[in-house]
Amino acid sequence: MMIDAFPPGVILVLGGLVLPFASTQIRYAIILLLPLYVLWSVWQIGDGIQLALPFLEYELAVVKGDALSRIFATVFAIMAFAGGLFALKQEQVAELAAAFVYAGSAIGVAFAGDLITVFIFWEIMALGSTMVIWAARTPESYKAAMRYLMIHLLGGVILMIGVIAHVADSGSITFQAMTPNSIGTWLILAGFLINAGAPPLTAWLPDAYPEGSFSGTVFLSAFTTKTAVYVLLRGFPGIEILIYIGVFMIFYGIIYALLENDMRRILSYSIINQVGFMITGIGIGTEMALNGAAAHAFTHIIYKALLLMSAGSVMFMTGGKRKCTDLGGLFQSMPITCICGIIGALAISSFPLTSGFISKSMIAQAAGDENLFFVWMCLAAASAGVFLHAGIKFPWFVFFQKDSGLRPKDPPWNMQAAMIFFAILCIGLGVAPGPLYDILPFSTNYVPYTVPHVVNQLQLLLFAGLSFFLALPLMKRTLTISLDWDWFYRKFGVWLVGFLTRGIVEMRRDVFAGLKGLVDRIISLAFSSHGPDGLFARTSAVGASVAVIVVMLMILVVAFYTNV
Amino acid sequence: MSATLSAHLPALQVVLPLIAAPFCVILRKSAAAWFIALVFSWVSLGISIMLLEQVLTHGPISYLLGSWPAPWGIEYKVDKLSAFIMLIVTSIGSITMIFAPKSVNLEIPKDRVYLFYTMYLLTFAGLLGITITGDAFNLFVFLEISSLSSYVLISLGSERNALTAALRYLILGTVGATFYIIGVGLMYQMTGTLNIADLAERLPEVAETRTILVALGFVTVGIGLKLGLFPLHVWLPNAYAYAPSVVTAFLAATATKVAVYMLLRVYFTIFGTDIFAALPIDEFLLVLGLIAIVTMSGVAIYQNNAKRLLAYSSVAQVGYMVIGISMVTATGLTATILHLFNHAMIKGALFLALAAVFYRIKSVKIDDMAGLGKEMPYTMAAFVVGGFSLVGVPLTVGFISKWYLILGALEKGWWPVAALILFSSLLAVIYFWKVIEVAYFKPRPESADTVSDVPLSMLIPLWVLVGANIFFGTNSNLTVSTAMGAAKALIGGAP
Repeated sequence: MMIDAFPPGVILVLGGLVLPFASTQIRYAIILLLPLYVLWSVWQIGDGIQLALPFLEYELAVVKGDALSRIFATVFAIMAFAGGLFALKQEQVAELAAAFVYAGSAIGVAFAGDLITVFIFWEIMALGSTMVIWAARTPESYKAAMRYLMIHLLGGVILMIGVIAHVADSGSITFQAMTPNSIGTWLILAGFLINAGAPPLTAWLPDAYPEGSFSGTVFLSAFTTKTAVYVLLRGFPGIEILIYIGVFMIFYGIIYALLENDMRRILSYSIINQVGFMITGIGIGTEMALNGAAAHAFTHIIYKALLLMSAGSVMFMTGGKRKCTDLGGLFQSMPITCICGIIGALAISSFPLTSGFISKSMIAQAAGDENLFFVWMCLAAASAGVFLHAGIKFPWFVFFQKDSGLRPKDPPWNMQAAMIFFAILCIGLGVAPGPLYDILPFSTNYVPYTVPHVVNQLQLLLFAGLSFFLALPLMKRTLTISLDWDWFYRKFGVWLVGFLTRGIVEMRRDVFAGLKGLVDRIISLAFSSHGPDGLFARTSAVGASVAVIVVMLMILVVAFYTNV
Repeated sequence: MSATLSAHLPALQVVLPLIAAPFCVILRKSAAAWFIALVFSWVSLGISIMLLEQVLTHGPISYLLGSWPAPWGIEYKVDKLSAFIMLIVTSIGSITMIFAPKSVNLEIPKDRVYLFYTMYLLTFAGLLGITITGDAFNLFVFLEISSLSSYVLISLGSERNALTAALRYLILGTVGATFYIIGVGLMYQMTGTLNIADLAERLPEVAETRTILVALGFVTVGIGLKLGLFPLHVWLPNAYAYAPSVVTAFLAATATKVAVYMLLRVYFTIFGTDIFAALPIDEFLLVLGLIAIVTMSGVAIYQNNAKRLLAYSSVAQVGYMVIGISMVTATGLTATILHLFNHAMIKGALFLALAAVFYRIKSVKIDDMAGLGKEMPYTMAAFVVGGFSLVGVPLTVGFISKWYLILGALEKGWWPVAALILFSSLLAVIYFWKVIEVAYFKPRPESADTVSDVPLSMLIPLWVLVGANIFFGTNSNLTVSTAMGAAKALIGGAP
């Protein structure tokens, strides 16, 4: 047993548990001050094991610090603060309580020095995030949360078998870099990837996240996937298969985001796309790439939260409107939300002088350094795609496009303050990346602002932007899928992209329908045997029960006789 | 004085509740009977703790009743395993007794309340007797004491169904006890002894005879019946569903545990691990255990009565324990023994929560529990935490059991078994969720009366058990080391 520090994540979890019982004033104080205290305490954690506790037959390294842990814990704490500020007046206190538990356990994972501690916080995180989704208190959110919970419990189960098998194999619970060379490590990798939103279980993310409340989705976007990025960074750096998984996610996210109409679902698909960049970086595995993945996770949390805050503000002020087709022209009445949204959109598009530029370019640079030409090409093409789906599509359709006739005002001060804070961070990190580079896991002297970098990126963005407006009629069609889908394909039947995307959509629909049919069949089969009147649940006559007893006895005796 | 007294603790452990029972009949007053039951439960808990301490520091205790030397006289034997089981039985008994009076007065007619406490004390004494005795026939005697009194306890339930449930249990339970005694008789015929240690010594010589094989068959099926081993569990769901709430909580948390203890004793102490190599018992247990965890969890999903739901869940949980036994490894047995304790805490808490629900709304039908999350927040919160523990969420005792069970399975290379165990824990999420969904996400029907949470005299014992789920889930030292020591002693390794 060794106690040199109290785990910062647990402070936040406990704070969250207190929230529902606190008076309004105290609640505000906790929401605003506790994350800052946690942020401070994150930086009091020195290198090495700081808190070791006995559990089962093992010594858990509950808190183990190093640069990688600290950078993730830092951004999680910042996120908890800004998210709390944004959601300060949320009427569902349960949502904030759950969000703090969720954020706290994410910080817990970031400092976990052994696999058991990782698993423990992992499970608490799943419960916390499910509660966040529920707190939206709509029938859709209830069902989505249920599906979300089942997927994550399944992921937890896979992770747990993996951890136990790995511990049984190696005798060590230490959480360190592994190679997937045994069933145990493969299962651990699979468990991690499920939380990252990797294929084939990708659909949980865009299914569940948009169902959160206006503020709940902001929290959801930050922790689960980025914790998965963190554990992959620590556990499986440089595993080649991650490159392909990452590239797949990048394009999956882009294609679906382009087809989507719901603004928060667009941003959810874009999370998959962005996490794809990070996982590609982890797969490349050089110091530059890992630095890039960590830095990108840091900046991504901030600008994605900013985008979702802006979307959440729109939703909040328009009484729950989420569809691009219902929105438009809001820049006139919501200038601050609009500007912050645009800053977030620029950052996610890696516009020079924003935070996205200084982080994503590191991953591309690493791919280039390793002569992974194919990967580098994919990343470059994807950068343009990101600009299309998130960088232009989101702000254009929500704030400009047509005049929807809506005149909502900017949201209350606390929501504005949270957005402005994150907008400043997006620009600040883009202009002066030094402080972020200083806390990266490996020391770096990477210079983002070189002439080729900037010119290259600007060219990409320029052409992507151009193509967006050229293809605007096309983009608009995709917004009214239910009405014009057939017409669209008859007219543009030879259009390759359209053809491909339709194929994917249909294939997914078929697979889902098939799966659903299978599940329904299994359930009805199970009901006939397990239901109240089924074979297994009937209250049978005593005589029949005694017959069963005698048969059991005979089976045993015969089995014994034949064995001796 | 204290030295002589502490030397006689094993006898006192059984004798005290046995003597206390008739006093309840003599006094006939509900309150007095309750007080006696309460005091003697707590005294027994104290004795259990002292015995466990003695065993942990000085090793197994052998106590000769009336100073007649074994194997002629009856010997009481306390080792880590029996001390641990007694701790389970007495702690559950003590806590349920605090909880009991209000619930019992509501559910049992006033003129029969003293009978409840009498029968409770007899069951209690019988269970402790089974655990402590070192004599196979004496074990049968205590088995009958605990069984007969528990039939009465179940028949005290307020619905008429309780009578048929008790009768069914009476018939099947008697078959089980008879099978056990037939098995013991056959063993006696071949070895001429009833003392367990003596049996263990003499059995190997005759182990291959058909008489002993038949004996093993009878004993296995007999104990399997008391255990609720699938498919011998058919008495259990109705008995649990229709018994008075407190009875269900007590029996679910203790009776099946003691039956598992009997199974462990017979297999590992009397017959020894060699029988698993010679006979397909382990395969038999594994198959039944696996069927139990999957099908019984599946059945639980479709139940509409929360007590019946948990009863089926108990049959499934017995499956986990049996799977642990079937591994025949120290880890597997550790998992089983740990789960005895952990499951007692889990089911004790869950059934007490349902008892509290029944106390307020006079029903444990899941549909009737709509909206209770708001109206009975502390009770339902206890149910939620208990459910987390049942599913095996980290930081609860359920996780500890699951960990060792999976570890045991993977040590043997049983990947599909590990996967099935975890799959069935997902089924547990579903059936446990059914209750939560109704209680938290459905509004209370307009026609229903508003209810408030139960009084502290019920909430405190309930939350003590819930707290135990968390406490032993995070400080698993005592339970894990004791279970591991007991498992190693059973498997024949280092003590």
